[in-house]
Amino acid sequence: MSLSITLTINGAERAITLDDPRITLLDLLRERLDLTGTKKGCDRGQCGACTVLVDGRRVNSCLTLALSHDGADILTIEGVAQGATAGEPLHPVQAAFIAHDGFQCGFCTPGQIMSAIGMIQEGQAGNDPERVREAMSGNLCRCGAYVGITEAVLDAQRSMAETEAASGRRNAA
Amino acid sequence: MNRFEYARPATLAEAVAAGAVPGAAYLAAGTNLMDLMKGGVMRPGHLVDISRLPGLDRIERLGDGGVRIGALVRNADLAYDTDFARRFPSVAEALLSGASAQLRNAATAGGNLLQRTRCTYFYDTASACNKRDPGTGCDALGGENRLHAVLGWSEHCIATHPSDFCVPLTALDAVVEVEGPKGRRDIPLENFHLLPGSTPERETVLEHSELITAVRLPAEAARFAANARYLKVRERTSYAFAVVSAAAALRLEGGMVAEARIALGGVALKPWRARAAEAELAGARPEPVTFRRAAEAALADAKPSGDNGFKIELARRIIVRTLTLAAAGTPERMPALPASPFSGAITHA
Ligand SMILES: Cc1cc2nc3c(=O)[nH]c(=O)nc-3n(C[C@H](O)[C@H](O)[C@H](O)COP(=O)(O)OP(=O)(O)OC[C@H]3O[C@@H](n4cnc5c(N)ncnc54)[C@H](O)[C@@H]3O)c2cc1C
Ligand code: SF4
Ligand code: FES
Ligand code: FES
Repeated sequence: MSLSITLTINGAERAITLDDPRITLLDLLRERLDLTGTKKGCDRGQCGACTVLVDGRRVNSCLTLALSHDGADILTIEGVAQGATAGEPLHPVQAAFIAHDGFQCGFCTPGQIMSAIGMIQEGQAGNDPERVREAMSGNLCRCGAYVGITEAVLDAQRSMAETEAASGRRNAA
Repeated sequence: MNRFEYARPATLAEAVAAGAVPGAAYLAAGTNLMDLMKGGVMRPGHLVDISRLPGLDRIERLGDGGVRIGALVRNADLAYDTDFARRFPSVAEALLSGASAQLRNAATAGGNLLQRTRCTYFYDTASACNKRDPGTGCDALGGENRLHAVLGWSEHCIATHPSDFCVPLTALDAVVEVEGPKGRRDIPLENFHLLPGSTPERETVLEHSELITAVRLPAEAARFAANARYLKVRERTSYAFAVVSAAAALRLEGGMVAEARIALGGVALKPWRARAAEAELAGARPEPVTFRRAAEAALADAKPSGDNGFKIELARRIIVRTLTLAAAGTPERMPALPASPFSGAITHA
């Protein structure tokens, strides 16, 4: 049986035919679409390495069937810097992870960054480090870079809010 | 993972019909089902994807002041619904202390009720487990069982029910709305999950192909809003299942407890309503000796099922702490940061 779905992945619409209903969203991205930025850590919902945004919400791509998401909008780490400029080629969260040493080996980092982008959009943590740590607890880091990760997330959240306020002022003027 | 036929019916009636096929299972977000299928613990031959059924993703305030939570409402959306969290704060707190932000963004209300035990022997298909393979025995008995049940267990199964959400829901008299081949019915959540007895493979009163459509909280449940908390103790601060948890809700009048609700998580194969403890509190002054008396009453019938006697005294202390937090008042900021032994909220209690 072949099963056809359409997904918008990092802004581009793609028609996809699956030969097996068992394919998870994670395996679709990595094994069929060569988007290997999204990592497979545990494959069981326990580590967050596979975090992507589905219709703007962060989820674990390892625990969900690709078929369930027909028509969805998927953002992976490969797509986050699309709005960036020549002067600043990275998404603010990516830049903040570098500035604050938010990683060592880097394996958990794509998941951390996707999770942080989702968290900032959710807007529930504020600038309280304890709430940020709680909101980011679905992403494990075996290297233990948590101190830098928390600083990076707080810093990125602050800079994104400032950019938004500045563009709001420009639009009003 | 076993092979399966996949279907995504467009209506509730079609879903219930598709679910009636032998070996069929409903797929909501899949955060529990996919995990169990990957491990070969569950092997449904047909998956009926209900994740997009229309109309089941709404939080409806009912005319009488109650609320109907559609079965497909995501855990995070419910916890962050300001009106809901203000009226049922212990439920929001329980939701936010479960799993991770990613999982809560996906996991549905119905799926949370039906998530299966986290007993490691249940997950390990090389182990004997009466719940997974009836009649094979129970490797948790005499095994690693420090997290297993202290109430309501049998020699056939000593597992616990892992849900946080269900604990305050049980305390607040939630009702499960179900649609099946024989029509609609309502089931009080307190009677929804079954204790193991000699048939631990039978986990709820649902018949095959019955589908949860909603969970309802009655208007009375909102009367506890000013004094309702959920406290979960786990082996790390976040992203772990409860060792023991408690929901406590008080209605205070003139400095006395007019009515109390208490339920425990992590102690039995169902969310455990502690009615004897509630009776100790009714009409009493909200003070430590009363709370301790209530805690004693709640655990009166508890016995270790293995290396887990510590959970009995832990549960008593969690009850006292949760009651102390509830009596002090629901925190201003909604939703509260889930209470933890390491957060300010609890060290001051
Ligand atoms: C790493 C990890 C940590 C977790 N930590 C916690 C925690 O701390 N606390 C906690 O409470 N939970 C925790 N969970 C469990 C999580 O809450 C559940 O997996 C989730 O709520 C299940 O919802 P779902 O929509 O994904 O259900 P699914 O996985 O889709 O389904 C679960 C079961 O319910 C059935 N089902 C689903 N919806 C319906 C319906 N409407 N009618 C009839 N049957 C239905 C399915 O057939 C299946 O058997 C954790 C999960 C993971 C993976
Ligand atoms: S405690 Fe229950 S779930 Fe765990 S191995 Fe025994 S029978 Fe299976
Ligand atoms: S790979 Fe998905 S959570 Fe670990
Ligand atoms: S940087 Fe190595 S796992 Fe996080």
